[in-house]
Amino acid sequence: MRRVVITVDGVVHESEVEPRLLLVHFLRDVLNLTATTIGCDTGNCGACTVDLDGASAKSCSVLAVQADGSTVTTIQGIAIRGERHPLQRAFHERHALQCGYCTPGMIMAARDLLGRVPCPRPEEVREALQGNLCRCTGYQNIIAAVIAAGREQGGPA
Amino acid sequence: MIPAPFDYTRPTTVEDAVTALRAGGAGAKVIAGGQSLVRMLQRRLVRPTLLVDVGCLSRMREVVEEPDHLVIGATTTQHELLHDARVRAHAPLLSLVARHVGDPAVRHRGTLGGSVAHADPAGDPPAAVLALDGEIIVEGPRGERVIPSAEFFVGPFRTALEPDELLVGVRVPKMGEGWTVHYEKFRLSAQKPTLLGVAVMVRRVGDCFTDAHIALANSGSTPVRATAVEVALVGADVTEEAVTKAADLLDGTMEPFARQGVSQAYLAHLARVLTRRAVVAALSW
Ligand SMILES: Cc1cc2nc3c(=O)[nH]c(=O)nc-3n(C[C@H](O)[C@H](O)[C@@H](O)COP(=O)(O)OP(=O)(O)OC[C@H]3O[C@@H](n4cnc5c(N)ncnc54)[C@H](O)[C@@H]3O)c2cc1C
Ligand code: FES
Ligand code: FES
Repeated sequence: MRRVVITVDGVVHESEVEPRLLLVHFLRDVLNLTATTIGCDTGNCGACTVDLDGASAKSCSVLAVQADGSTVTTIQGIAIRGERHPLQRAFHERHALQCGYCTPGMIMAARDLLGRVPCPRPEEVREALQGNLCRCTGYQNIIAAVIAAGREQGGPA
Repeated sequence: MIPAPFDYTRPTTVEDAVTALRAGGAGAKVIAGGQSLVRMLQRRLVRPTLLVDVGCLSRMREVVEEPDHLVIGATTTQHELLHDARVRAHAPLLSLVARHVGDPAVRHRGTLGGSVAHADPAGDPPAAVLALDGEIIVEGPRGERVIPSAEFFVGPFRTALEPDELLVGVRVPKMGEGWTVHYEKFRLSAQKPTLLGVAVMVRRVGDCFTDAHIALANSGSTPVRATAVEVALVGADVTEEAVTKAADLLDGTMEPFARQGVSQAYLAHLARVLTRRAVVAALSW
């Protein structure tokens, strides 16, 4: 066992973990933050995407011990003063989800993009979401929602 | 899938990392970004007893500019290769190839040293390092060694690294006047591994090729140089016809490690087409 200190969604957590524990299992099973989903467990689907020290990461591809000392933001920590994040609102309003399983990762990957490119072009959104699979929506509404959220955050394009 | 248990250590200096690797013996393994290793641990393809995390060794994350070379620290991420101004200016082939690795989240964590040490025959960065005639800088209990990339990749997932050695950096020549580069990659579907990749650096003076470095990913059990094509290009006119003629010299006896169900004839044809495309694209770079 190894002692880790990981800040998740603004709360500092000190835990004893096995080095083989994946970050996504730490979030879901140790902290009970179950909104971050596991789709594939192989790094391909992006459902488990979180923000790790300011950059998106697939939490199924990181050991919890690797995140020792780090700051993690999950889909459960992005609301702004209790209000839904602009991406959450845009996904809701533009019907960018159906079953919703991919949505936590999709929004975290999109949030990473908007942090770097406030008003992305459709091609930039597609490229940024390359590692996030959705089996329901066909992606069009997701792309529209990300662009809309970018405009809302960054002012008129 | 849950990995088998192992111990974990996170040294803060290269010396401590080498000591930890040595103390861990045959059971010790380096972890950098974990983008390939975590999968292998989960599938229990490797069962180390100790992981030595090199993610916090600041010395290994630096990009150092020398008069004619760039030394890129092993834990420089693919994301950093894509965006670092010095890499973009002096080793643009590495920036180009980084863009072909996975997706943004994978590139935020995956490292150049990890790609090179992993030595997946279908890995994209190793082919670029080979095309660049890069040198692999290694640190171990016996001190530092510098291994030419042509001698580094010895088989599928096998390199000249000893188990107690750490890959600390990759040294590449700065791109000189007249050179242009391209990386052309083909895969059967969006998330399949590379079926074939072609890294190209060519130099032209006037209407003539004066130099050509071409390396292929997944055409063998290691990345390989397309020597016949390189020789044919040097001195040839810069025309699409000459490029096609040179690319057609690629020998068709490729033995990729992962054939992905395609025939020899298909691969041989694909290699010629991609090589031609890559050289033509480099010219309009
Ligand atoms: C979804 C997905 C898509 C991908 N797509 C591509 C792709 O298109 N093209 C491609 O080329 N790769 C791809 N990869 C593979 C991966 O991104 C690369 O192999 C690379 O980023 C690994 O670097 P890492 O730092 O994560 O290495 P790790 O996973 O930490 O390590 C890989 C291996 O290298 C060894 N190692 C790492 N660093 C060192 C060092 N400094 N010294 C000695 N040994 C070391 C480790 O012991 C291990 O054996 C993909 C991976 C994922 C998850
Ligand atoms: S669960 Fe992590 S990428 Fe699919
Ligand atoms: S909404 Fe169902 S997987 Fe995306």
